[in-house]
Amino acid sequence: MDSFFRSEEMCLVQLFFQTESAHNCINELGHLGLVQFKDLNPGTVAFQRRFVKEVKKCEEMERILRFLENEVVKSNIPIPADFTSETIPVPRDVLDLESRFDKLEQELKEINSNRDTLRQNFTQLMEINHLLQMTDDFFEEAESQLSISELPSEESVYSSRVTCRRTSYTSTNGPLKLGFVAGVIKHERFPAFEKILWRLFHGNFVLRHAEIKPHEEENMAEDPVKKDVFVVFVQGDQIRGKIRKLCDGFHASMYPCPNNAYARKEMRTNVNTRIEDLRLVLKRTEEFRETTLTAAAANLQEWASKVKKMKAIYYTLNLCNIDITQKLIVAEIWCPVSDLNSVHTALIHGSEQSGSSLSPVVNRIQTQQTPPTFNRVTSFTSGFQSIIDAYGVGNYQEINPAPYTMVTFPFLFAVMFGDCGHGLVMTLLALWLILHQEHFRKLKNELIDMLVDGRYIIFLMGLFSIYTGLIYNDCFSKSFNVFGSSWSVRPMFHPHGPWTNDTLHDSGHLHLDPLVSGVYSGNPYPFGVDPIWNIASNKLSFLNSYKMKMSVIMGVAHMLFGVTLSLVNYIFFRNLKDVALQFIPEVIFMLSLFGYLIFLILYKWCVVMKSESAPSILLLFINMMLFDYSSEGTVLYRTQKPVQIFLVVVAVLMVPWLLFAKPLLLYRKHKQLKLKPSTNKLPMQVFGISNQEASDNRKEKVSMADIFVYQGIHTIEYCLGCISNTASYLRLWALSLAHAELSEVLWKMVLQVALRVTSGMGSVLLAVTFAAFAVLTVTILLVMEGLSAFLHALRLHWVEFQNKFYKGSGYKFTPLSFDRMRDMQ
Amino acid sequence: MAFSIPMVIVTLFWGFVGGVVPWFIPKGPNRGVVITMLVLTAVCCYLFWLIAILSQLNPLFGPALSNDTIWYLQFHWR
Repeated sequence: MDSFFRSEEMCLVQLFFQTESAHNCINELGHLGLVQFKDLNPGTVAFQRRFVKEVKKCEEMERILRFLENEVVKSNIPIPADFTSETIPVPRDVLDLESRFDKLEQELKEINSNRDTLRQNFTQLMEINHLLQMTDDFFEEAESQLSISELPSEESVYSSRVTCRRTSYTSTNGPLKLGFVAGVIKHERFPAFEKILWRLFHGNFVLRHAEIKPHEEENMAEDPVKKDVFVVFVQGDQIRGKIRKLCDGFHASMYPCPNNAYARKEMRTNVNTRIEDLRLVLKRTEEFRETTLTAAAANLQEWASKVKKMKAIYYTLNLCNIDITQKLIVAEIWCPVSDLNSVHTALIHGSEQSGSSLSPVVNRIQTQQTPPTFNRVTSFTSGFQSIIDAYGVGNYQEINPAPYTMVTFPFLFAVMFGDCGHGLVMTLLALWLILHQEHFRKLKNELIDMLVDGRYIIFLMGLFSIYTGLIYNDCFSKSFNVFGSSWSVRPMFHPHGPWTNDTLHDSGHLHLDPLVSGVYSGNPYPFGVDPIWNIASNKLSFLNSYKMKMSVIMGVAHMLFGVTLSLVNYIFFRNLKDVALQFIPEVIFMLSLFGYLIFLILYKWCVVMKSESAPSILLLFINMMLFDYSSEGTVLYRTQKPVQIFLVVVAVLMVPWLLFAKPLLLYRKHKQLKLKPSTNKLPMQVFGISNQEASDNRKEKVSMADIFVYQGIHTIEYCLGCISNTASYLRLWALSLAHAELSEVLWKMVLQVALRVTSGMGSVLLAVTFAAFAVLTVTILLVMEGLSAFLHALRLHWVEFQNKFYKGSGYKFTPLSFDRMRDMQ
Repeated sequence: MAFSIPMVIVTLFWGFVGGVVPWFIPKGPNRGVVITMLVLTAVCCYLFWLIAILSQLNPLFGPALSNDTIWYLQFHWR
């Protein structure tokens, strides 16, 4: 139960177990997730360790698994999500799985390459088919033109798919025998192709082309590329050779096309039969591939988890020592003291499973090394613990700030966010995240994962924001008037007060005077800020003063709490000397200066005074530090001067106490130790100085200087930090002011404009404007301001609160845990 | 009189939340954490409310209102 307030007590345990039962035992420990293995071979490099080959084998298997998964996903085969893998991976399984994986990989690679070649052949055949189909038209046209070659050429327009070219004939008589080149070229390359043909041959050719329009059932290629069929009719062989080279340059595939129609028809039937055959073969190949992949997909998850577990087990075995007889494995583990029993049971269970007769030996040993820090968290507390650990993992058994952060962090956020409407939206969002948590986790998006991890934090932030919003009386920049305002206007008029109806006509703004009786009812608004301030034009004068003082009060309270926690740490570590040497002067310093400041604030609030004679607290404080009591009317109460002088003197006296008391005491202690070298019973830990031989003077002098310097730094940091940290808490005021102003701007400039429209179309305008208002509210006020307030509240915790007591230089307990590995994947 | 009523009610409420409810939290692993949260919540929220009400107890100046607001309030508020 104490475990969340400080980290758990850990013990170092030596385990001895037999080599045969090693796998089972480590498997059981991995499922338990409570044990961290220490590295017993720290000097060895990774590839010198004993089980490095097995680890490599496991990595190779993982690679094959990834390849398989890729293939399965590419073919859109669903992977069954649920799997029960309670089988324990043993060394036999490694070899078995390895051979299976290799076989699968070979098969798949073969299938893939076969399929690709088949597909290529198929595309070629389809192209030839199209070519033959379309060249029929061309040849008819060419033959007809040949027969009328005496006549001057005319431009004739064919079907829309065929373009015409001016042909130029040589002036020979008789029908010319034209040679041709037929082929298929990519669609987008065709214009360039044509241009170059023109440049090369100056129009001594006839070019016909048409686009291939694939039918749906023929489309077996993966991504169809648009291609064009073309035929170039030329005269002469040399030209034909040049055109061939040109086609090669353009990556156009050329096909032999027979001259006469009969041969073409025969070729077509040929090609068609071949296409049918290929189609069948392709279908069969695809089916075979699918069956293989589905069979593999069914086991994919199970294999993956098995391989992961085996890799983890081999990695852990690498950390252990194997003794000379090769029969015993020695391991050292860190384990929480309260869980020793469950660890023991798990080990016995594991050794029983492997069938060995000897149960493993568990031997707890004493050690001087620092154990890792282990904080047992639940799903509610893990978010808060992780934001503390992000700054620094606590020292072993140091006090854990997380349980206090669970309330103070959302509270300080809410002080800066302070709007109950926005807080309500945030709470609802967090509720949605909490209730649909698994659904969001399945999306596997990094940002959404972060949001889901912090769902309880966001929930608490929203709840506290509703509360602070009610106190600031701010809901989407409007106020509630539940109890009736304490200010009333009527008494300001005649005969009671100074105003007449003419005063209203004369000036635009008028101040209510609290000194006129009845204007202020004498009783403040019972819950929060009075609603009249929302409609006052000097609202910020009041709110600024209120919020600044509130920030200082909250800040000093938070810091005092932090200093008190350091007292708890000292008592736990039985460090009573530090209580007197550090805690007491720190507290007195802070209370005498800043506690007195809070007293001044509260006094000025509670006591009635006239506005003209009310001194400014800031000036009072500055004059107190400067011992300046010359100006008149600077007293709040009668005995103020002696009290303040006393407090400042006390605070100044605390500084040398903090600075010198502890180092001088240590110095004297060391002198005493040096004078008595015979006493061997020296305490082990004297304020953290290592206890070497007492005669080593130089070492002692160095460590004394260290102590002095360290204490000096600590004193300066604390005293100056008190002032600067108190001022730093003013960001509570600054951010809440920014949030309120942004909210008001959105209301005044966006929504109110639409609400003031009186024409009939106003409702449509209002709907549109409300959409803009909602989008801006969510993005600017919720997301941006939320992130900003989150960051500043976090900084206040990390720096101003934690530097009063938290050391944060431990290392985290990372147990071997299969559940954690699965979650991290 | 009308100042002490809200004072008593709110103090009693947060005193109840922070001082009485912790005794009724059932024993379990989370008892310490829940009690801490209750006490801290009570302290923070009570302090925040107290600051808000104390700062308005003896105002040194009043709100500045525009004419229209003053006209409206003169007739509609007591």
